[in-house]
This record gives sequence, structure tokens and C-alpha cells, in this order.
Amino acid sequence: MQETIKYWRGVEELNNTPEFQKHAHNEFPEFLPVSETNGEEASSAVAPRRDFLKLLGFGVAAATLASCEAPVRKAIPYLHKPEEVEPGVPNWYATTYFMGDFYNPVLVKTREGRPIKVEGNTLSPLTQGSTHARSQASLLNLYDNNRLKGPVAKKQATSWEKIDQEIRTRLTGVQGRVVLVSNTIISPSTKTVIREFGAQFPAFEHVTYDANSSSALLRANGGVVPGYDFSKARVIVSIGADFLGTWISPVEFSRQYITNRKVTAERPIMSRHFQFESFLTMTGANADVRVPVKPSEYGAVVAALYNRVAGGTGGAAIQAPNSAYAKQIDAAAKELLAARGAALVVSDSNDPAVQTLVTAINAALGANGTTIDTNAPYFVRQGDDARMLRLINDMNNGAVGAVIFYGANPVYDHPLSQQVVNGLKKVGVKISFADREDETAAHVDYICPDSHYLESWNDFEPKRGFLGLAQPTISPIFNTRQAQDSLLKWTGSTTDFYTVIQRTWSGIVGGGAAWDKAVHDGVATGTTGANEPTAPAAPLTLAAAAVSINRAGRTGGKDLELAIYEKVAIGAGQHSNNPWLQEMSDPTTKATWDNYVAISQADAQALEIEQNDVLRVTAKGKSIELPALIQPGQAKGTISIAIGYGRTHAGQAANNVGANVYPLVTVAGDSLVYANTVTLEKVGADKPIAQTQTHHTVMGRIVVQESTLAKYKQDPKSVTEYIRIATPDGPQKPQKISLWPDYEYKNHHWGMVIDLNSCIGCGTCTISCQVENNVPVVGKQEVLNRREMHWLRIDRYYSSDATREDGGFEKMENPSENPSVIFQPMLCQHCNHAPCETVCPVAATMHNSEGINQMVYNRCVGTRYCANNCPYKVRRFNWFNYANNEKFDYQMNNDLGKMVLNPDVTVRSRGVMEKCSFCVQRIQYGKLEAKKEGRRPKDGEIVTACAQSCPTNAIIFGDMLDPNSQVSQILKREQGERAFHVLEELNTQPNVTYLTKIRNQA
Amino acid sequence: MQHVSPIREPLVTGGKTYADITEDVCRQVEAKPNMRWMIALGVSLVFLGIFIYSVYRTLWFGIGEWGLNKTVGWAWDITNFVWWVGIGHAGTLISAILLLFRQKWRTSINRAAEAMTIFAVICAAMFPVLHMGRPWLAYWVLPLPNTFGSLWVNFNSPLLWDVFAISTYFSVSLVFWYIGLIPDFATIRDRATGPIARRAYALLSMNWTGSAKHWSRYETVSLILAGLATPLVLSVHTIVSMDFATSVIPGWHTTIFPPYFVAGAIFSGFAMVLTLMIITRKTFKLEDYITLEHVESMNKVITLTGSIVGVAYITEFFIAWYSGVEYEQYAFINRATGPYWWAYWSMMTCNVITPQLFWFRSIRRSLTATFIISIFVNIGMWFERFVIIVTSLHRDFLPSSWVMFSPTSIDIGVYVGTMGLFFTLFLLFAKFFPVVNMAEVKSILKSSSGVSHTHNPGASMHGTAPNSHKHD
Repeated sequence: MQETIKYWRGVEELNNTPEFQKHAHNEFPEFLPVSETNGEEASSAVAPRRDFLKLLGFGVAAATLASCEAPVRKAIPYLHKPEEVEPGVPNWYATTYFMGDFYNPVLVKTREGRPIKVEGNTLSPLTQGSTHARSQASLLNLYDNNRLKGPVAKKQATSWEKIDQEIRTRLTGVQGRVVLVSNTIISPSTKTVIREFGAQFPAFEHVTYDANSSSALLRANGGVVPGYDFSKARVIVSIGADFLGTWISPVEFSRQYITNRKVTAERPIMSRHFQFESFLTMTGANADVRVPVKPSEYGAVVAALYNRVAGGTGGAAIQAPNSAYAKQIDAAAKELLAARGAALVVSDSNDPAVQTLVTAINAALGANGTTIDTNAPYFVRQGDDARMLRLINDMNNGAVGAVIFYGANPVYDHPLSQQVVNGLKKVGVKISFADREDETAAHVDYICPDSHYLESWNDFEPKRGFLGLAQPTISPIFNTRQAQDSLLKWTGSTTDFYTVIQRTWSGIVGGGAAWDKAVHDGVATGTTGANEPTAPAAPLTLAAAAVSINRAGRTGGKDLELAIYEKVAIGAGQHSNNPWLQEMSDPTTKATWDNYVAISQADAQALEIEQNDVLRVTAKGKSIELPALIQPGQAKGTISIAIGYGRTHAGQAANNVGANVYPLVTVAGDSLVYANTVTLEKVGADKPIAQTQTHHTVMGRIVVQESTLAKYKQDPKSVTEYIRIATPDGPQKPQKISLWPDYEYKNHHWGMVIDLNSCIGCGTCTISCQVENNVPVVGKQEVLNRREMHWLRIDRYYSSDATREDGGFEKMENPSENPSVIFQPMLCQHCNHAPCETVCPVAATMHNSEGINQMVYNRCVGTRYCANNCPYKVRRFNWFNYANNEKFDYQMNNDLGKMVLNPDVTVRSRGVMEKCSFCVQRIQYGKLEAKKEGRRPKDGEIVTACAQSCPTNAIIFGDMLDPNSQVSQILKREQGERAFHVLEELNTQPNVTYLTKIRNQA
Repeated sequence: MQHVSPIREPLVTGGKTYADITEDVCRQVEAKPNMRWMIALGVSLVFLGIFIYSVYRTLWFGIGEWGLNKTVGWAWDITNFVWWVGIGHAGTLISAILLLFRQKWRTSINRAAEAMTIFAVICAAMFPVLHMGRPWLAYWVLPLPNTFGSLWVNFNSPLLWDVFAISTYFSVSLVFWYIGLIPDFATIRDRATGPIARRAYALLSMNWTGSAKHWSRYETVSLILAGLATPLVLSVHTIVSMDFATSVIPGWHTTIFPPYFVAGAIFSGFAMVLTLMIITRKTFKLEDYITLEHVESMNKVITLTGSIVGVAYITEFFIAWYSGVEYEQYAFINRATGPYWWAYWSMMTCNVITPQLFWFRSIRRSLTATFIISIFVNIGMWFERFVIIVTSLHRDFLPSSWVMFSPTSIDIGVYVGTMGLFFTLFLLFAKFFPVVNMAEVKSILKSSSGVSHTHNPGASMHGTAPNSHKHD
């Protein structure tokens, strides 16, 4: 017999007191503030005054609220939940970024079906999880309102059926050659599609050109970019090549470069890096020896270097003009020769003579097979200037019947823009795949908008033997269609591009499970041969190169020279309608939202030019007007202007930002030279340049520390200066003398180590952080007002010749003419004794039990005391409402743009403070995932956005309480050697530790 | 009936009788507003309009309407706040500390000085609220029981101490001022002819009858409030200074701040009292009550406090050098020679050099000179706060974040707007309230007054004690 189990609703019922019994039958046994009476009682009872007022108040409030009309915002639930889409749970897809600039395999995080973050794909043997600011920001181009919403025929919106029919009819009856113009295409399947499309026509040509051309490099190397491997190079000489920031494959090169730049006490070896260049590029800023030279002197430098190397290796010398930099060239040559087999020379010059000599130097140094992988050349540049110039001629001659632009925008980015426009008038059928009505598309009949890469299938072979795959992460937002599918349609094919890719890959990786794995991984190995150059132009002979250089050496004189370069953020300008990239501060100039005339301090002084003076730059009758930016390290007698600006048809964010410098590119014979001789003229106006940093020297402070390799080898303990406070018991560490009790961390203690030796200053972390944390874009005026919102910034300091003893503070403010540069990522230091935490009157910022300094947005009343009291100045205030505000018409002011927002992070309203949170949402996610599996989080599982995106692993994040974590290991190893805290003497006890930068100098 | 001291100069000149005092003071309240007053009020109202517009812009669009930035989080807002609070110091000092020290000369100026205090504190209190990012949540800085969970204010924060200090100071000053006004309101009530005036002043005077019991209580309360207010004079600016002193910013993190700020506050408060009194005595013909004696006494206080402030400036420099702290040294060199050197030298000139002119008796007793110097001191003290706040912040630890600050039109609008608010309140006070404490002036009439003038009321003031006159 089973006993009756009795359950009690509470202790009261168990006790069963008379009082309980009395109330037990009531619905609410406890006292309710409103007395309730029924029947007879009710009519006689007097409602207490207080109750009456309560009810009256509630009633009035309820009636008032009910009468207010709130805007209706529809939230539509899934009728049928899609498979794999779990609200709140992100899905990751492997895909590939290649938008005509560099190859970057990425993972895309999607939430509820929308991509919200791009991260590096660690499975790629080439980039190993690295990213670039541009690939991070490419996400926003997906949600760009300026994209075309559907096909356009003769400026009228139309349907795909109609436009397809019309185009096919027109193409069938075309008179003359059919030409497809594109930037470099590294997709084997796309090439197949183009080939099949072209086969329909009696005369078809695929013309490839690159906005920032590497034609000369290709010509000197049999039509490919040599398979550089900086990780094998112990001595690197770069003549103008910004290989860490923009050149060829910066993501991969940064990764390779840094492997030889990281030092430990056990392995105090570093590569040695010489840089000869006009503009102070990010790569130049990282060089051990940097020599400012004019663009016209590149030839002389390379020739002199060649002769020295040839002298050392027994090669034949060539006739070379005198170079003013004999001493530096000698030093470079000596070290190159000493490191034969581990030496590499690169140049970004588009002068075939220079590139011929560079190839010869590399050959002489035994680079082929060592620092240049001859089996795996790069295919990421295939542009042929000569063919593009010929096409422009042909168009003007009426020889072209139809032209199709695929990813190419020559009206904007070709120096002969006017001829392109004129030529287009003589072409019968003009089609563009542009995703917006860009400068070229404005002159065509049909625009068949291509989908964004995150909406498309694609494949890639960036380097021989290495394959990449792109898969859609969202179905096309607008009525767009992949260019390849359009071409297939016009070929009359019934297959789609996806099938073409599968077909291409089936021969290499196989089908079925292997294909699924390839889609899952996003990368594979194998080769298609599709990108192998066919009939490359014959390289120059050494003798011809020497003749050319000597001729140029004579013409280069006293004229002011313009060196045209590419910026890390904006690139060649294809994707500049991106507020994140526009507001990203340039690694060296720290300028946003503009290009400018970079001029050396000496020239500025001589020409009486001040920062922000508008200058008219004239070359061969063409001129542009831009403000001056005084740039330490700029070669004397040169100015530099960045390409990618001055767009007119890109969209809201990019239109009329800066000026277009492409027209000033020199067309020399059949190649484009990114330099020119120019005249400068002051216009008499002022145009302020919005820089995020306006004070450029470190003023002799030890907030950022550096030393030399020689010193480090001698004694690793001597490279870092530590502050000691004088006490009666002798000098003490600042944290030994403290008024405050220390926090006790029992579970986790999050910490970060930033290796200044690894940081190349690229700014990828800044953008990654901005994307992850919904950091608003504020626009040029607000940057000028010094209110940019980046949670993580990169401080860039130039060295100064003056010290406190010989010049005082005022002279210390002036950078050297050719300064050494140091970068320091600066973010919330998550101080254990945080100055911000004590001063907030409402305790809106406080410490958590895991060492994180937290900002509670909805408690913040906005006194800004915390920001004032932050010695690192990392707190950012919402001066305005940056979301839903037409004054800040960027991505946060339209429904489409807002799709990029990370749903895990609050969008801050005006009047509150914000700052780096150590990506607390990621920490929380990681901890919960681990908890679900009943284990502790593993090291490397929880990574902040900045650390994840860093191409050089300069930022390491982890739990300092876990003795096996990478952070703990580094801290243990570097304690007393390179590890230091910024402003240690303030006893803020940061959780961010920096490692002293070591330069490979004596 | 009047006694003339052979040594002390009389505090009330012109041989006034009790009736004269009542008549002279009440005249302003009872007469129709004169043209000058109307114009002055008109101008003040225009500035008040500017204030309202600037505040509207600030509240509607956000603090971004001001010139602040990522590095300089406070600038004109807190400069103005500290400036106004400083000005608000003289009133309580005069009425409380001087009452305790039995300085009889305070009687004729304490009313206006206290009024000025209250209005200055009202102006000052605008800024802590306005400078907040979300001023509608300003009540969160009060330790109120709430439904946000167990959220409590942060008692470590000097801003919270500020909230307590300012609100206490304001309430005590207001009560003190009002208590002092009650007997005078009763006088006006008794003389009032119009029904509205009679009712209004009857209400304001709280049924004062002038009985001995009333007077006894009045005296007691005054003394108690004086005792309460005295520490406040020292504490308010001490706490305001701690907003800076407890921080880590070089140029703020200074132990000298409390005494230096208190001296500076009294300095600027007295200057503002002088500025206002010189105008008031002229326009309201109160030369016999606010005499040159008063002006001279106050000038002496200005010289003293100005010198203290000057010594403090020099001490800061010495300590910066002596400390050996690089950041501290730079902060002070930057003040004197950096991009804001003009602000620093304006401050030095106005605050340290000009008050030293008062060592000359002729300048000390010259109304024109006093007026000009008092304006200089007001400007100098504004610059002092600007120098402390902006030049310390704009170049602190990391040179990468160094910036310049420049105000927007809204910054300027809010500042000049508070002057509009201040003068509107002061003019209304001057018209409708007795500007001189009749009751207290009457109390010193027997012991310290001069005889009637013959023609020029100013003439005898420059002379020696009128001991040759006979009194009846």
C-alpha cells in the first residue's frame, strides 16, 4: 500500500496556523494594498482615500498611455523555422574575400540569417586566420543602400527576363569585337564561364587591368607575381613596396614577415628590413633602416644595388647613374650578400626596367627556391596595362562592338578616363556588372548588378596549388545576380555557376564528401591551371633596363615629384563607399575621410605651406586641389597623394571625399607609372584634414618602450625601463604601495598581452572591434572635433631629434625629418585600480569578478568624469545620438545598414560613456558553451575581436589565472624583460601588458 | 542721539535717523521702477533668452553642441560651475563668519551679498545638471531609495560629495537669507498701500510682529545659522576642489587645492560683491549705508585672498619641479608656455598683479579703480578655472590624445546666458526686496554713524573721522 504523498505549498501550510487557515481560501492570502469587498459589505464600505487615489492615478495613466500611438514595427516570426537557424546562435560559414585587391579566406558569422562579422579562416595555409581592415569592413558593402536594387536598362529599372533578352539580341547582332574588361580574376570557374561566353563571338577579348597596376612586375617574372616568402627572408630590401599594408597580398605577407620579427630571449633573431620609399608607408614605418628617396631615383637605387650584388656574386655590372644613397645601398647590399639564400628584394615600381633589375638581384641572391617559392607564384595580379591602353585606342577607333565591364571602373580609375568616356560613345553595346551606377556604369546601356561576394558562389586560385571557395552567407538582398550567372545566361547555358564550380573542383578535390569538406573549410589545395599566364610579354633584357634607367636618371632633377600610393583603408577605391573604412585612421598619417598632399617638413617650410593649406597640384595640364599634410619621413622634393578618393558615383559615404589622383598617373609608352613631375600652387584656402592624432611625438615619455636587438641580445633584462617608487625601504614597485585593497580573482582573470614588436600598425583590430561592438561612425566633422568613437586606436609616435636637455618641450614636439616610428594599440587597460571606477557618482563603471572594468550603459548619467580621469584616454562619449539620426547618415540610420549590428551588443544612446569591454559578450558566450559541456573554457576558445583579426598575432588574450594559457606563459617569460605596463607609476595595475619593441639595430 | 567714535570711521554716514533708513531702503521697493532698472532688466532678459536657447540646444541635441571632445571632457561647463560657486562664497562669508566675528560693517552689505550668493549658486547648479549626458536622470546622483534593484550611489566619487556640498550650502544660505529678510518684509508690509503688496509682503513676513520674543528668536536663529554656515564656507569649495584633487590628472592631482580654492572663492566672491554694490549704491542712492569704509574693508580682503591665491600658483610650480614627476612638470610648463599660455597669463595678471594695487590707499578708496579691479578679478578667476580644467586635460599622459579645445557658440551662449539669469534674478531682488538689511543697520546706528552732510555726500568720506562735529 502506497502512502499518500502530501506536498505543501509552503512552510505556512505545513504549520497550518489558525491565521493561515483564515486566509487560505483567499485567492491572495497575503495582504493586498487594495481592499476588496463584496456584496452587502461593498455598498456599505467606504473606499479608503489612498486606494481611491491609487486607482485613479493608475486609471489616468493607463488611459493616457493607451491613447498614445506608438509607431508600428513589425517583427515577423518564422512560419517554418529554417533548418540550422537557431535564434541567438550564430552560424559560421567559410568563404573568401577577393575584391580585386588581395586574397583573404574568411569565416563569416551570421545571426538569424544575416552576416554580422568577418573573421580570418585559420584553415588557410596562406593567411592562417589573418585579416585586413578591408576584408573586415567588406561586410558593410553588403548592406550598402547605394547598391542597385535590380537590373537597369538605359537608366530604367527593368526585369532580368527583359534585360537578358535585350542583351542577347544586341550581342548576337554585334559588329566588331566583344570585350570583357575586368580587374584581376583569380577564379578558375569564372574564367571558364568567360571563355565559354566569348566562344560565341567571332572576336572576343578579355582585357584585364588593375587600378593599381603591377604590369611591370608581371612582365619581369613571366606573367606572374613571384611566390614571395618573407618568412624565409633574413634580409629584406623593399623599394617602395608597402607589402605589409597594400601590396599584392598584405595579409599573407604580414603573417610571413612577422615570423622573423618576433623575438624571445631564447631566440633573439630578427630579420633586417631596409625600405627605400618616398611616402612614409606603414611598411616603411616598420623598417629597421628607412631611406626616403624620390620615385625617379628608384631606378638608380635598384641599379646601384644590382651592381653591388653582382659585384659580390660575380655577375656583370651594368652602367648605372650615381645614387645619392650609396652608403645605405652599400649597407643593404652587404647584408643581402651575407644572407644569400635568405635575402629578398621587392619593389612596387611599375617601371619594367626597375622590376627587371629586381628580378635579377633576387636571382643573383639565390632567392629563387628559397625566399621566392618558384613553384607557387601568385596570380592575384594579372592586369596588363598595354592591353588596356590598346583597348582604349580601339574603342576610340570604333573597333569595339560590345564592351562588358566586370568589376572594372576605368572611367574612375584609369588615367585616360576621358578617352575611355569618349571611346565608350563609339561602342555599340555597353554592359556593366557594377553593383551600383558607378562612374563607368553611368556611361553604359545595361547595368546587370552583380551580387556582393557574401551573396555569391565563387572559387579562387590566388597562388599556384592553393584554392579557395566562396559560398553565399545570405540570399541576395536585392534583385541582383552574380555576374557569372548572367554570363552563363547570355551564353545560352542552362547550368548555374554553382554547377560550374563543382565541375571545376570535381577534377581537383573530388565530389561528394570531399566537395562538402571543401565548402566547409573554404580552402583546399590543388591547381587548376586556369590562372597560368598565356603568352606573357617578354621581359626586358638587363641591358635594355640599364639604358632605360640611365635615361630616366638624367631626366630626374630638381622638379617636385608626385608619388602616388595606395592607402591601407581605401585601397584603389573600388569599395570606398564604406563609412568604416573612410573613418579608419591611416596607419601613418592618422587621417580619416580624405586624401591629401603629403609634403615633407623641409619642403613645407621652404614653400611656406602649412597643414591644411589647399594646394593645386598640376601635372601636364591636369590639376587637382587637395589640402596639405605635413608628413615627416616624406622624401624631400616629393609629394604623395593616395588613390581611391574623389569618387563621384560610389554612394553617400565616398562621393566627393578627397580628389581623384588617377588622372595624374603617367602613361609612359604602354605602361602606367605611379609618379609624375608636378608643380604646386597655394590656392589660398584651407581645408582641415580630420586626423585622430595631432600630436606626433612621445615627448620623451616612457609610455611606449623600445630598444635594439643588440642590447636585447646582450641582456634581455636591460631593454625595458621600470618605474620604481622611492620608499623608506628602498625603491619599490608602484603596486607595492597602495591605498586600495586588491581584488581577489577566484575563477578567471582576463588579460591581454600586446607585443609592440609584432604590431605593424595596420589597424585591422580597430575595424574588427568597430564591427563587433557596434561602434558608430561619426563623420569627418566629428573627427575634426576629436570625437571619433573607436574603442581601440593605434597610437603612432614619431621620434624627435630633440631631448629635454637640448631643446626643451617645444622642440620635442617636432618629429625628425626621417623619424623612426612606433605603433601602440591603445584600448581600455582594464585597470585593477581603475581611476575611472572611483569617480563615477552613480557607480556606472565598476570592476567585475574576472578583472574586467565594466561600463553599465543604462546606469550612466554622462558626467564624463571617468573619461577625464582615465590616464589612457580610451573612454568614448556619445556626444549625440549616433543611431537613427539623420545628421549621422551612415549605416546606423537605415534599416538595411542596421542589419550589420551585432545583436549581442547594445547600441548606445546619446549621453552615455562607452569603451572597450574586452568583448565581454564573447567571454560570456565562451563560458556558457563550456558550461554546457561541463568543462572549463579552453585557452584560445575565447578571443576578443581585435586579437582574432590581428594578422601578426600581436594581441594575445586569455585567462591569466590559467597557468597554461598563452597569456600566462608569455607573462611568465617576459616578466622583467619586455613586459611593461603603460604608466605603471600611477599604480592603475592594468590587465593589458605591453612587450617592448625591439628594432634590429645596433 | 548718535555717537561718533573718535577713532573708527562711521559705518553709516549722513546722520541718518531710523526713519531715514526705512525711507531710503523702502523707497526702491515702493516707487515705480525707474528707466535704468527697466533697461537693465530688458538686457538681462535678452541674455536669459540666450540661456534658454542654448540650454534647449544642449538638451535637445546633446552635449555634442558644446566644444568638448574625447580628451577634454569638461571645459566651459565646469569652469563656469566653479566660477559661479566661487562667487557664491562671499555672501555666506559676510553674513556668517563676519557675524560671528562681530564685524558690524557687514550689516549694510550682507543682504545683497547673500542674495548674490543664492543667485550665483543657482547659476552654478545649472552646470552640473546641464553637463550630464543624460540630465533627465540627474536624480540618480541622489542616494534615493529606488526600484532599480539595490542600486546606490558611489560614495567614493567627489562628484557625489559635490551634490551634498552644493545642495547643503544652497539650502542653508537660502534659509539664512530669508530669515534675515523677515523683519524687513514686515516693515514693508506695514508701509504698503496697495492690497497686493500688503498681502504679498504679509505672506513673506510670516506674521512678524516685532515682539521681543520674535527678536530674541530671530537673533538666536541667526546665530545658529551662522554657526552652521561657517564651516560650509570652507567646505563647499574644499569639496569642489576635490573634484580635481582626487583625480590622477597632472595639474589636478594637488593637495594644495582645498585652501587655494577657498581663498580663490572668497577672492572672486568679494570682487563680485564689489562689482554689484558699487552699481547698486549708485543707482539706489545708498551711499550713506555702503560707504567707502565698506569698499576699503572689502578691498583689504581681496588683497589678502589674492595674495594667497598668488602664493598658491607659485607653490604649484615649485611642487611640480620639486616632485620630480615628469607629467606634473610638463603640465605646469605647458600652462605657462603651451598653446594656452594666454589664458595662464591672463589669470596671473588679473589675479596676482591687479589686487596688489590695493596696497595704495588711494586706489583702495577709489570707486572707479575698485570697480575696474573687481571686474579684472572676476575675469582672472574665470581664467583660473579654465586654466586648471582645460590646460590640464588637453595634454595629459599620452601625447597621442593631446588635443585643443575651442568653445562653440552654444558654450558661450550658456555662459553669458547664466549671467542673464543671474542679473534677472538680482534685478528682481533689487526691485522687490529690501537691498539693505534695515533692521541690522538700525542696530548699529547708535554706535557707528556719522552726521548729516552739508552738500556733497561723498566729500566727507575722504576726510578723517568727523570728530569735530557735535552730535545732539
